[in-house]
Amino acid sequence: METVDITKSYDGLLALDRVSIAADVGQITAVVGVNGAGKTTLLNILAGIDAPTSGRVLIQGHEVDTNGLRTHCTMVFSRNLMFRNSVYENIAYGLRISRTSDRDVPAKVASALALVNLEEFEKRNARKLSSGEQRRVAIARVLALERDVLLFDEPTANLDPANAMIIERAIKESARSRAVLLSTHDLSQARRLSDRIAHLYKGRVVEEADPSRFFTNPRHEATKLFIDGELEF
Amino acid sequence: MDPIIEGIIRAINLILSGDPEVLGITALSLLISGSGTVLSCVWSIPTSVGLALRGFHGRRVVKGLFNALMGIPTVALGLFLYLLLSRSGPLGYFQLLYSPYAIMIGQSILVTPIVVSFSTSALESVDPDLRRLARTLGASDLQMYGVVIREGFWGVVLAVIAAFNRAFAELGIAMMLGGNIRNITRVLTTAIALETSRGDIALSIAFTLILLTITMSLSIAVNLARKSTT
Repeated sequence: METVDITKSYDGLLALDRVSIAADVGQITAVVGVNGAGKTTLLNILAGIDAPTSGRVLIQGHEVDTNGLRTHCTMVFSRNLMFRNSVYENIAYGLRISRTSDRDVPAKVASALALVNLEEFEKRNARKLSSGEQRRVAIARVLALERDVLLFDEPTANLDPANAMIIERAIKESARSRAVLLSTHDLSQARRLSDRIAHLYKGRVVEEADPSRFFTNPRHEATKLFIDGELEF
Repeated sequence: MDPIIEGIIRAINLILSGDPEVLGITALSLLISGSGTVLSCVWSIPTSVGLALRGFHGRRVVKGLFNALMGIPTVALGLFLYLLLSRSGPLGYFQLLYSPYAIMIGQSILVTPIVVSFSTSALESVDPDLRRLARTLGASDLQMYGVVIREGFWGVVLAVIAAFNRAFAELGIAMMLGGNIRNITRVLTTAIALETSRGDIALSIAFTLILLTITMSLSIAVNLARKSTT
């Protein structure tokens, strides 16, 4: 997946300014930046729930519109969102509307839950789970769909280390056969998980590099300050 | 003995003995108000979905209008429909006046603002991010509306129950359009009015007890069902 000069403005305010980044199958691309840098806006556009003001998104070299993106990409939101029913139904929903045969749904749900260590949770009420468990269900819900591109918006924000570790493992596992784009302001997580890191600052990608170069030899002043924890929005 | 206590004792006896007149009037009331409410849902629920989920010019005005119409006096609506359905009125040809159908139609119109307003509020209160979630999982517009309706289901059910209770307990339309004809259009409320004017307080209390028991039981049952599934 590749974005070409994606721009997004709200009432004249520029949220994204000619953003061009790429995410390849088998790789995790981390988009880092302070709060308000435009990370979630970018992910919303790639998930097909918001349209860019200008620019293009290419999947396997072909331009894809907002509706088309929904069939290629799916997203885990930064806040826990559960439908008002069981864990099983939460995961099965996406499978059913993507016309997975009824016979295959139970196996796919079980396999997705196993990836996030929630094998026994199928019948539990999703909204009554802990925050960490809900986030893991959200991850299982997108893993079950087998889309080309997975988008994770701050996937471990406000979670305890045990849940964060399970989620990071699932993200790594999911990247084996897909392109993964991860938005985070946790630099240590970006270093641990990603193959590429893009620094988004005031709606622009100011630095893009592999983790070792990103942390040892950043070129943009804003990136240096961000790594040192001194960058303010 | 106090006439009210005497009335209550007689009322309980009438109910427990399965008095055919009491049972007949109760059954007719349930049938007319139930049908009227269901008929209203046919147009009210799609209207609520449109108002809650579609942005269009004048949406707030329409919502305000339905809210205002919730308090319409039943006699005013009854009079308006009487003029429409009477022999010389524009719909007189159908000869619906003084039939159960006239009450059913009147009540369906009466409860429309209740179903629309309460259902719209229930659907609007569904977390908008759930629509976005459904979108990212591949939902079409229709499937996304399905998610919102499912999430707001109990709110819509409560709106329908409130509408049924309003229809079941109203007097003006039943009296003006039904005429309180025995075994044809006599419902609980018109029977209460008639028996009170006749001085048969016991029978009035029996009908009132049935009316209150049904409306309260229905609301309690729905609340219990909602709690057990959420």
